[in-house]
Amino acid sequence: MSQSENLQQEIQGTSLSDYGDSAAWQYLKWGSLVALIIFLIVIPHYVGAYYQFVLSLWAVTAISAQGLNLMMGYAGKVSLAQGAFMGIGAYVSTLLVQNWGVNFWLAMIIAIIVSIIIGAAIGFPALRVEGHYLAFVTLGFNELVVLFLRNEDQWTGGPLGVLNIERPSIFGYSLFEPTRFYYFTLVMLAISSLLVWYMIRSPWGRAFKALKDNPNRAESLGLDTTSYTLMAFAIGSGLAGFSGTLIAPLVEFVEPNQFQLLKSLEYLLMVMVGGRGFLAGPLIGAFFAEVLPEWLRFADEYYLIFFAIFVMLLIRFFPEGVAGFGKQIRRTFFRQTSPQVQGEQNA
Amino acid sequence: MAIFSQLLIAGIATGAIYALIAVGFALLWQTSETINFAQGEFVMVPGFIILSMMSYFEIGVIPAFLITLPIMLFVFGYLFKKILVEPLIPYGDFPLVIATIGLAIMLKEGAKIIWGANALPFPEVVSDQIIKFSGVRASVADLTTLGIAIVIIIGLQLFLTRTFVGRSMEATAQNPDVARILGIDVDRMVLYTFLFNAGLVTVGALLITPSYLAKFSNGETLGLLAFMAAIVGGFNQVRGALIGGFLIGIIENLGAFYISSGYRTAFPIVLLILVILFKPEGLFGRKEERSI
Amino acid sequence: MSQARKKVLEVRDIHKSFGFVKANRGISFDVYEGEILGVIGPNGCGKTTLFNCILGQLKADSGTVSLNGQDVTGQKPAQLAKAGLGRTFQLLQVFDSMTVEENLLTAAQAHVGSIFSRLFMQPDLGKMDDVNRVIEAFRLGHLAKEDAGSLSYGQQKLLDIAMGLMSNPQIVFLDEPAGGVNLSMLADVKSRLLELNEAGMTFAVIEHNMEFIFEVADRIVVIAEGEVLMVGTADEVRNDPKVIEAYLGH
Repeated sequence: MSQSENLQQEIQGTSLSDYGDSAAWQYLKWGSLVALIIFLIVIPHYVGAYYQFVLSLWAVTAISAQGLNLMMGYAGKVSLAQGAFMGIGAYVSTLLVQNWGVNFWLAMIIAIIVSIIIGAAIGFPALRVEGHYLAFVTLGFNELVVLFLRNEDQWTGGPLGVLNIERPSIFGYSLFEPTRFYYFTLVMLAISSLLVWYMIRSPWGRAFKALKDNPNRAESLGLDTTSYTLMAFAIGSGLAGFSGTLIAPLVEFVEPNQFQLLKSLEYLLMVMVGGRGFLAGPLIGAFFAEVLPEWLRFADEYYLIFFAIFVMLLIRFFPEGVAGFGKQIRRTFFRQTSPQVQGEQNA
Repeated sequence: MAIFSQLLIAGIATGAIYALIAVGFALLWQTSETINFAQGEFVMVPGFIILSMMSYFEIGVIPAFLITLPIMLFVFGYLFKKILVEPLIPYGDFPLVIATIGLAIMLKEGAKIIWGANALPFPEVVSDQIIKFSGVRASVADLTTLGIAIVIIIGLQLFLTRTFVGRSMEATAQNPDVARILGIDVDRMVLYTFLFNAGLVTVGALLITPSYLAKFSNGETLGLLAFMAAIVGGFNQVRGALIGGFLIGIIENLGAFYISSGYRTAFPIVLLILVILFKPEGLFGRKEERSI
Repeated sequence: MSQARKKVLEVRDIHKSFGFVKANRGISFDVYEGEILGVIGPNGCGKTTLFNCILGQLKADSGTVSLNGQDVTGQKPAQLAKAGLGRTFQLLQVFDSMTVEENLLTAAQAHVGSIFSRLFMQPDLGKMDDVNRVIEAFRLGHLAKEDAGSLSYGQQKLLDIAMGLMSNPQIVFLDEPAGGVNLSMLADVKSRLLELNEAGMTFAVIEHNMEFIFEVADRIVVIAEGEVLMVGTADEVRNDPKVIEAYLGH
């Protein structure tokens, strides 16, 4: 009793901000972000059109992965339909442009809104069922979308899809050329990242995390878990749709196979490998999925096997993913914990 | 009507195979909370291995199956549990899901490299011919498949309900904690379920590959169907997964013929989504009390 | 406590069964403003079920709950929280992956603005002062930036209680605040509880630790086999033969 009172007196002198991240970690964090941005801006001067294409693919993939990370990493709702929502985004925007002559930017916005609405609708089962069952519903939904794209060829072009998709122009400035399109995707990734970052540090971000950590408790504290669940789904699916509207002009064709279940599983792996619940996670995961294979081209058809083995090993030893590993490093090397904390924990 | 009955029998026959695969799937889930995303690949691989055994030893399909079975028991039963599942269990089911997805990709790509991307023909266990009795047409292959599947299912049920080991397995599946208190060697029982699953998928491969042909990508569809059968019927009951398998097989066959063959897999999916929304514990499953 | 005090909560005739097990068979009691009401009873007598029925986690088979004279029976937990019923659970329920500060902000935020307006407000919703005050009241200052999951059990317990207070509720329901807490931490919990009560906060507390409940509670409801056995002060309860029999009997 007296011991604990002494302890409290010691503790009371401490100010709140003393024990946050250490300055060194802050420098490291912001430093690497700035370095990454500079790297991404100057890299087109040093690599050819093909690598610019690969990096564009990375940026577009990362956007969709950010959407899944928001749902899964923060709100704890697993979706196995990220591929399908990219398909919805890609097909809706492409068909609006090609068949109705709608302006690309307008088509993009419509496609994103459609993805958001369908995403929220898919979120409804999430209210009724939990955990695995939710993953199963979204998995079924993904198959249904692919079947639809394959079978309704009067609209979707069937298994062959739509070819010769044009890249858009902005204020009369054509984005056809690879470098320009690369910068365009980079800007889009920046917008998506800012959006997610803003969301995560807003009260919504806390509500999402609360939903994941302990939905019961969140509800007992008055959080409207229903709305937040639907919102997580809507935004996550909206980002997938957004990414889809970009992938169509990037690869210049769409076909159902691009969006099949395997794609959604790949996104799941990306988010897990990168580190779910970390802002950097999707960027890292998309790097493993899109850029690394290019460096490991010698591995050729064996690449996916290597990737799968890598995933299994990583999950085995670092269940929190690469970004989670970074957090462990931070905890170990960049943070002083107050002696009181340790004392009390040992007590 | 003749077509209908033939479709129905074909549906029941494929459904029986789905049921075998789904039961294995449900057993793994119950005893160790493993959602095996590689279950379809577990069926695809022994199909190829049986073919390889046949050409290597120049033997028939049944002897080749008998050689393949112990290999699969060891690899997809014992090694799968020891190397992949066991180390990941402490981290919850999510990393395990990711790992089985990784395994599925590995098996699929590996099969593509070893056996090629083309579909290889696979012999029927018996020759395929149509027989008629009192106006009902059925294919002999379907009836044989059905017969084998039913024998295995009945055998499995008898084993689970009538033998000591079987009842211990059931108890472990229902509630591992209670089973442990009752003095059952839970780890051993979990291992048995993994071996059972490996056996079931190998039999499934023998029966389903003649109609699917041996192809590296078979696992996607098969896994999905087994998965849906298990959920539709009820994840937490062996009986549920069995009935779910039959139901999926029938719906798929009838829907493909009468409505649209392009949407063949859509019918089970719609059923799956409806079941999850309105009876998440499955049509024949037990309701699990939610604890606070 | 004197009957002249204002009734905050009225619980009438709560029934709840699980299959054949009748957990609550007609439980009624009141909570008065500014008191600490203890709820005790042998294991499995239906105390937690009762809390869960009152607070919307479970749906009672019959019975009513009214808060300040308004019927709130059957409302959802989130609605009840907004109406002014705070709570903690028997098992620890903090958000492991968030810091202590974030946990408290989360507990406060449902009571500010609407879900959409919250998206455009500053991240702490202007609640940081409240959070700091509670952190200070609970002596958690040195842990403010730590992940809740990394705290000791006793510290998490304190945080858990603190979260229940963030919305300035009219009553806070505590389910075994002393359970599993070591002795020095128990003293902490007790003094926090009494301080807050002194400041006017109303509590309903389930507890197994008799010594604890006899010291803090103004009145005690004894529940046995799903029914109210008696209501009284610590002394009355301590000396009642019925209570002793309920605990020792069978």
